[in-house]
Amino acid sequence: MKAFEYSRAASSQDAVASAATAGARFIAGGTNLLDLMKLQVMTPEKLVDISRLPLDQVEHLVDGGVRIGALVPNSDLAANPLIRKHYPVLAKALLAGASGQLRNKASTGGNLLQRTRCYYFYDPAMGCNKREPGTGCSAQQGFNRILAVLGTSEHCIATHPSDMAVAMRALNAVIHTLRPDGSERAIAIGDFYRLPGDTPHIENVLEQGELITAIELPPAPAGVQIYRKVRDRASYAFALVSVAAVINVQEGRIASAALAFGGLAHLPWRDPAVEAALVGQAPSPATFDAAADALLQGARGYGHNDFKIPLARRTLAAVLHEAVEMGA
Amino acid sequence: MQLSINGEAYTIEALDVRTSLLDLLREQLGLTGSKKGCDHGQCGACTVLVNGRRINSCLTLAVMHEGDEITTIEGLGTPEAMHPLQAAFVKHDGYQCGYCTPGQICSAVGMLDEVRRGWASNVSEDVEGAPQLDDAEIRERMSGNLCRCAAYPNIVDAIREVAEA
Repeated sequence: MKAFEYSRAASSQDAVASAATAGARFIAGGTNLLDLMKLQVMTPEKLVDISRLPLDQVEHLVDGGVRIGALVPNSDLAANPLIRKHYPVLAKALLAGASGQLRNKASTGGNLLQRTRCYYFYDPAMGCNKREPGTGCSAQQGFNRILAVLGTSEHCIATHPSDMAVAMRALNAVIHTLRPDGSERAIAIGDFYRLPGDTPHIENVLEQGELITAIELPPAPAGVQIYRKVRDRASYAFALVSVAAVINVQEGRIASAALAFGGLAHLPWRDPAVEAALVGQAPSPATFDAAADALLQGARGYGHNDFKIPLARRTLAAVLHEAVEMGA
Repeated sequence: MQLSINGEAYTIEALDVRTSLLDLLREQLGLTGSKKGCDHGQCGACTVLVNGRRINSCLTLAVMHEGDEITTIEGLGTPEAMHPLQAAFVKHDGYQCGYCTPGQICSAVGMLDEVRRGWASNVSEDVEGAPQLDDAEIRERMSGNLCRCAAYPNIVDAIREVAEA
């Protein structure tokens, strides 16, 4: 690991001031950052330790939503009674990710900022535009089985690895931040992540030194909540395809649908056309197929990952069938 | 920096900030019970308890643990007075080479506490209700601890016996 300067933040204001300079990073749980630092995939010059800041509470909001402190560990969030009762899709997504040990350490804010597990990103001997802009994308002609089929660019086909973020995208989470100039802002999760384009090293809209302080969820939407994850092992593996769904069926028709997808793209994917294909329709295989058509019309495989396109179609259909049965 | 390990107070005079908690335990303090398998949080051999919670000690910086209470395999039991999980692993032959065993046992201690607190898992029927610790639950909850000798059936037997006691 490269040498770095270490400081422990005394407050959120202190943290953003300390991390305002290029080369500085926050460290909370550290489970992804330290992994990447050992491989010298990430080489921060300065680590600002935010792990002791008082951002570790889950609060019920007066409007019926919840405010999740950025440092709430993944385990604690999954075990929280409010989350288990009102947002089971989030509890299930959290429990589908990583291992017990990692969930005990990993933070909510850090989970949103996980880096891709693309093999070529992880290997400093290989070209990777995300790790080192301008060095090419080795994955496109390489072993790309786990990589993206939606929203890719000629510069990057990485996927976002988080399960939690997929559920949060379906739940319309809002990310609250503090900037080095002292200003705060609220970013809808749909506006938070960026597609790779020609700058795959810039993964979200955060500025240097900007700190995630909390994630708010609006009141739980009506309907059945499901998280389904398809992966190579039954446990402790990243998603090949995952679906977070909140589906409300009323009087034989789909009244509302929120669907987000993991394992398919550079960000937790959500497409209004998928939901538009469902809302107002009677649930049927034809309806589910139309939703899958909308999801996958722009999909492109890169060889090893071609299977993800039919797998996404089948996983979506399975989730919708399950939602209709549960809601009936 | 001060921290408590297995109930004893330690003062660390010199510490490279890059040092993982695992390397502090093993290389500076001679507590070699915690094992380095992958050093990337994938195998669980380095599992220790920090303030009662199981974590991968390879994926955390020692400097971040000032004032924390660390428990390693050395703090759970001794050959003369074994922890119930240590005794159960011996009884059920929950290992072959033994390299993953300290991590398996520390992990199981943390895991059983999580069950007592009512935490669900990915295989729980219902995320809201209290979990019933059957074999599928034990396997899911222990999936962060790999055993290359594949002693898994006996590890599950050992943990189940202690959970039911």
